[in-house]
Formats: sequence, structure tokens, C-alpha cells
Amino acid sequence: MIAVVSTLMTLVLAACIVMAAYRVIKGPSQPDRVIALDTIGINIVALIMVLEVKSGSRDYVDAALVIALLAFVGTVALAKYLAGGTVIDRGDH
Amino acid sequence: MIEVITSLLLLVGAVFTFAGSLGLLRLPDIFCRMHATGKSSTLGVSSIVLASFLYFTFSEGGVNIKELLTIVFVFLGGPVGTHMIARAAYRSQVPLHERTVVDEWKGIEEDIARSEKGP
Repeated sequence: MIAVVSTLMTLVLAACIVMAAYRVIKGPSQPDRVIALDTIGINIVALIMVLEVKSGSRDYVDAALVIALLAFVGTVALAKYLAGGTVIDRGDH
Repeated sequence: MIEVITSLLLLVGAVFTFAGSLGLLRLPDIFCRMHATGKSSTLGVSSIVLASFLYFTFSEGGVNIKELLTIVFVFLGGPVGTHMIARAAYRSQVPLHERTVVDEWKGIEEDIARSEKGP
């Protein structure tokens, strides 16, 4: 049962990543591309966890944690850049 | 028994994630798309990670704290990132959909400039 469901899940998540990638390429504005990249990162976290259940090995969770953190930091940095043109606010302007 | 619970949680996560990505693909403007992906990134991924956590906790024994940390980071990071991008998108004048009814921030830049200048 787990094997069938997790194989189905990998297909569904791959389709989700493809849809988000279409939005990255097409996306009419820059913030569209940023949220699509954020969604790709989050979907990769989910895909790694499904592969963990599918393969029965517990070691993949480190990769999922690192990708979740990097997706969050990247999203916040890109949002700061789009809002003000600077990523790190030094307070001298 | 644990296989049934894990499979149900995985399927719930699949439904949320697929709906979120479909909304990202199909909805008309950026704020609607953000509304769709916010749900998928918190609820969908949290239930998938929770499924993996429960599966390994009951089948192998021992709690892996990294999976709980992943849930915490995804749950905290998703809304924060979405909020910051929404603000950045509004301030960089991304156009709203033509059928938008209420825009409560209309003219807020002029209001801020006027209040900073003083009466």
C-alpha cells in the first residue's frame, strides 16, 4: 500500500514541479517567478520526504531540512531585493 | 495500521500540493496565485513530512527531531515569505486583476508621504 501510494505521490509532485516551472518561465512579473521558485523548493522538500518513505531509509531528511531553509532564505532575500533594490539594509540612504 | 495512516496523510498532502500548484498555474493575478501556494506550502508539505515522521517513528522506533524541525521551518517560513513577496509585489506596482473589487491600499504611498511631511 505504501509502495503504491508513494509511487503515485512522486508522479503528482513531479507534475506540481513542472507546473511551477512553467510559471517561472512564463510568469508575467518578477514576484510571480519568486513565488514559483519558492513553490518548487517546497515541493522538492515534499518529494524528498516521499522518497524517504518509499525507500525506507531515514537519511534523506537532512537534505529536506537544508532545502527548506535555503528556499526560505532565498525567498526573503529576493523579496527584499524586489521591494527596495537592496538585500541588506545598511541604513545609510 | 500505521501504513493506512501514513498513506492517508500522504494523500492529503498530495491533494493540497496539487491544488496549490494548479492554482499557481491557472489563477489570474499574483495575489490569487500567492493565496493558492500559501496553503500548499504549509498544509500540504506539513502533512507529507508528518506522514514520514509517523511512519519511521512507529516502524523503526525512536523520534527523529529533524523531521519535526522541517515542519517548524516550513510552517514558519511559508507565511513570512508569502507576506514579504506580497508587499514587494504591491509596492512594485504589479497590476491587479481587472475584476478586483476592493483595493484598500490604493493611494497608501501618497498617504505615507503626506504624513511624513507633517501637517
